[in-house]
Amino acid sequence: MNSRSLVSIEDYSKEEMLEVLELASEFEKNPNQDLLKGKVAASLFFEPSTRTRLSFETAINRLGGRIVGFSDASSSSVTKGETLKDTIKMVDNYCDLIIMRHPVEGAARYASEVAEHPVLNAGDGANQHPSQTMLDLYSIYKTQGTLENLHICMVGDLKYGRTVHSLLQAMSHFHPTFHFVAPESLKMPEAYKLNLNKLNIPYFEYTELDEVVDRADILYMTRVQRERFADPLEYEKVKNVYILRNAMLANTKENMRILHPLPRVNEIDPDVDDSVKAYYFEQARNGVFARQAIIAKALGLEKQIAR
Amino acid sequence: MTKKELQVSAIENGTVIDHIPAGRLFDVINVLGIQDMENAMTFGANLKSNKLGKKAIVKIWDRFLEDDEVNKLALVAPSAKINIIRDYDVVEKKKVNVPERVIGIVKCMNPKCITNSERVRTKFTVVNDSPIVLKCHYCEKLTDQEHITVL
Repeated sequence: MNSRSLVSIEDYSKEEMLEVLELASEFEKNPNQDLLKGKVAASLFFEPSTRTRLSFETAINRLGGRIVGFSDASSSSVTKGETLKDTIKMVDNYCDLIIMRHPVEGAARYASEVAEHPVLNAGDGANQHPSQTMLDLYSIYKTQGTLENLHICMVGDLKYGRTVHSLLQAMSHFHPTFHFVAPESLKMPEAYKLNLNKLNIPYFEYTELDEVVDRADILYMTRVQRERFADPLEYEKVKNVYILRNAMLANTKENMRILHPLPRVNEIDPDVDDSVKAYYFEQARNGVFARQAIIAKALGLEKQIAR
Repeated sequence: MTKKELQVSAIENGTVIDHIPAGRLFDVINVLGIQDMENAMTFGANLKSNKLGKKAIVKIWDRFLEDDEVNKLALVAPSAKINIIRDYDVVEKKKVNVPERVIGIVKCMNPKCITNSERVRTKFTVVNDSPIVLKCHYCEKLTDQEHITVL
């Protein structure tokens, strides 16, 4: 067990989040630094995730580290029936850091207890994906100049979307006002709303997107997936309600920016892409800097970063 | 006043766990792990109870349950009353208190949790007392009172 792992966004205090954001901005200024020279990182992707894996591996490469690993479980000994514990024990002997994506929820926490070296959770089923949350925070910070007192509007699948849940937890430190836009069947779960009540954080719920875009500082779009609906008719009814089009941006705030964890399907019309308010591609680019910061912190290398 | 006849005979020394909801007798036995004890014990099931309608009762000879053992009952029989008996008299009454952490006793209700796919000891923090709500240390999902299953 080690305390430098990042498994859940709740592992970071408010101060640690701000520290990581500051490190990320240093990496943005100086992306290529040989902090990981002579170090080996294991990149264990028990299920494929091209975007997250390439982003982490780019971060390692820009820090001068080397990578071992696999990009889906079929090329690992899992197919021979090896337990996660044994795989982690073995890999832990070889490397200085473990980056892991696994379909089973809680797998990353368990790995962090089995391993001596830090484990960075690159997604465990529908549970946590903290590096995504840190890059979302970094994107909000960069575009707004602050994390404090913002109106955050979350749109789409708020019931199952783990990125919105983690972002909600993280932003709760910074006095936000939340606006939740979702179809009835994909509303924000009660447990999260109860927690906001406890923290005295205001939130409003809507079923239509038009009502609220003009109030937002951040418009956080997510995908409404067909497979979430038991009744296909229900999906047909709502699928077009949550599509953002350029015409809807006319009266939005000057500082408003549109975020999306990607991949998008049709929830943001391509005519939005050319707007200065479209930020989702830069957001993905920020992922590398945020992950460089998370890695540097996990290995205790904060002081060696060029500033 | 004469004592009314007991439905399960009295014990000289030991612990009596009374007011167990009728359907929870075997959960109580499991949670406490008393099936492995060498002590003499008597169980009563589906007994008449004014409070619960039907209840179960457990009497263990020559064994005095400690607080942390008693608190395990919070998960399956929070209404249970525990009496410590010496020389046929009640010398101490213990109340069931909800523990802060629950380790290795109940199953996580999330089928996609690592504790249900690999041999990992379950760990929960208690996030609500009554009704009891447990948060899994691994998958972070909640297990509520009506879905608590004893391992």
